[in-house]
Amino acid sequence: MTRSLTRGPTSFMYRMLGDRFFAAFVVLLASGVVALALLMAWELYQGGSEPIRRFGFFGFLTGTEWDPVIAKQFGAWPYVAGTLVTSLGALALSFFPALAAAIYAAEYAPRWLASIINYLLDLTAAVPSVVYGLWGIFVMAPWLREHLYLPAYLLAAEKVPGLLPFLGNPTGYGMLTAILILAAMIVPFTAALARDAISLVPQAQREAAYALGATRWEVMLLAILPLSKGGIIAGAFLALGRALGETMAVTMVIGNSHKLPYTLFGPAATMPSVIANEFTEAVEQIHLDSLIALGFYLFLVALVLNLLAGWVIRRQMQLTKGVL
Amino acid sequence: MKKLVFLLLTTFAGLVFAQSLTGAGATFPYPLYAKMFDEYNKLTGIKVNYQSIGSGGGIRQLSERTVNFAGSDAFLSDEQMKDIKAKTGATVLHIPMALGAVVPTYNLPGVSKTLNFTGPLLADIFLNKVKTWNDPAIQQLNPDAKLPPLPITVVHRSDGSGTTFIWVDYLSKVSREWAQTVGRGTSVQWPTGLGGKGGRLVAGVVRQTPGAIGYVELIYAKQNKMPHGAVQNKAGRFVLASLAATSEAASVVLPGDARVSITDTASPSGYPVAGFTWILIYDKLELVTKSEAEAREVVKLINWMLTDGQKIHETLDYGALPDVADARAKSLLSRVTYQGKPIGKEIVGN
Repeated sequence: MTRSLTRGPTSFMYRMLGDRFFAAFVVLLASGVVALALLMAWELYQGGSEPIRRFGFFGFLTGTEWDPVIAKQFGAWPYVAGTLVTSLGALALSFFPALAAAIYAAEYAPRWLASIINYLLDLTAAVPSVVYGLWGIFVMAPWLREHLYLPAYLLAAEKVPGLLPFLGNPTGYGMLTAILILAAMIVPFTAALARDAISLVPQAQREAAYALGATRWEVMLLAILPLSKGGIIAGAFLALGRALGETMAVTMVIGNSHKLPYTLFGPAATMPSVIANEFTEAVEQIHLDSLIALGFYLFLVALVLNLLAGWVIRRQMQLTKGVL
Repeated sequence: MKKLVFLLLTTFAGLVFAQSLTGAGATFPYPLYAKMFDEYNKLTGIKVNYQSIGSGGGIRQLSERTVNFAGSDAFLSDEQMKDIKAKTGATVLHIPMALGAVVPTYNLPGVSKTLNFTGPLLADIFLNKVKTWNDPAIQQLNPDAKLPPLPITVVHRSDGSGTTFIWVDYLSKVSREWAQTVGRGTSVQWPTGLGGKGGRLVAGVVRQTPGAIGYVELIYAKQNKMPHGAVQNKAGRFVLASLAATSEAASVVLPGDARVSITDTASPSGYPVAGFTWILIYDKLELVTKSEAEAREVVKLINWMLTDGQKIHETLDYGALPDVADARAKSLLSRVTYQGKPIGKEIVGN
């Protein structure tokens, strides 16, 4: 059997066609992913075309009223702003701790400790978000109120009363709580991918750097991070994606109010949270269509943010490379 | 092994042969309906599959004619009735099934007495016009209570819900400003406050936040042993919500189609923040059933829910229909026809 395939008249066909078939198969699967994304965007656009037509593409994006009852006016801006601030805030807060955890687990920790850390990182990545949400609502939010928000608020009231409008009502349920819980949720994603990327760096690289007389820190900076930056960026993207789309935990702690202006401690709302909140009971067609349109804009926001984040991080990496 | 095969066979056989009816809609009455359908299945062998996807979803599925009946906490507007009439040529009957009460619940450290509220005061609190607990407007109604100077944190439902509908429907009736600036609906643009997803989380946030006031279904307040205030009704009495006071709220003159909100009831001992939850069906059942036998089963099921089923209400903390409303519900059900045959009249019997 193998003979007839590798030799003789069929071998040519087998080699050429087999390859072709495989290539075609892979292309088909890959284009399936692309088609799925495009189809999804198209469907969301179709479903939400009515409010986009009625309020205008930018009118819907920048409108600040979301009133399904009296004015029947729908604008996405409070939700877009809430999504952007919470996701980017969470990424900014979690990126460096996650990177540090990854470096420690991959390079510094003794093997037994590293295996425990790795295990826990993978475990926390698999915890359902509703668990984070419940923990947030019953443990974290009251704790933050008592030990962080209230003291900060009182201190500000005493020393810099001008800050108060930016701090907002310290109830424990609001923007900062959502950012903190999101940051905790996305750490394992950034950390796990960064850790894998770091441990994939060939041993020879490290040895070469040591041979040149580099300290441990310099080895990290010169040999390991530049080679693993691809994985680190990928992890950050994945984390950002998760933060953008996170619904349950955020809905539970953010306070769900779309009244602008947002404050640090005060309630806010995000795009996924309002969709989850209002979809089931949206009786009127324009309300439902507006929620679907919001889904479409979430799609766009994710796209734009991913492009932007990719550009920024790549640029940052090039800068550090230039310095070195 | 044999046992397992037998088990599998009977399971699938059950799926294939048992008659089943489908409904979808409101989540608020779901625990009640689940219990009812379970009992009904034991009695008759008929399986009822109810998807608690929310009133909006239930109404949509009914207008797409994919379910036999829908559950809803809000009644259809005239416009929606007209749309469905134009689309299907049938009228949607609103059959009241149970009553729910919505109570103001609060977290005030050091206050153990039940607080009194009036409708306009609740509206002012939710409009962010009354901002602290020791406001004279609250103190005046509760002369004995030692109210702390805490800021009021309003907590409301962030998800669209029938509970919200009942609450804001009441506020719309007692406060002109509320009616004009916020209005009534399953989700509204809240002037102030924190939003919690679901009754359980509203209860949770209120419990965790000193100075909070929120609104939850009576069931949640009872289950969580949360303090809830008495609300002044139209007759001037301060009524603490209870199942009896809830049922009492519905013993008023109902309009012919039972599409009515009973908040701010005229009943002298009724609790003013209460509402029906309805089962919605087409008066022409051939729209959603495949045979006359199936249509008859739908009517029989709903008729059972209005008679023997009503005994289940109290055990689960739902308000049973008072006699007036039950009679109206049955007369509505008797209007159901299948291809012109008055099957409703035959089954309900009047």
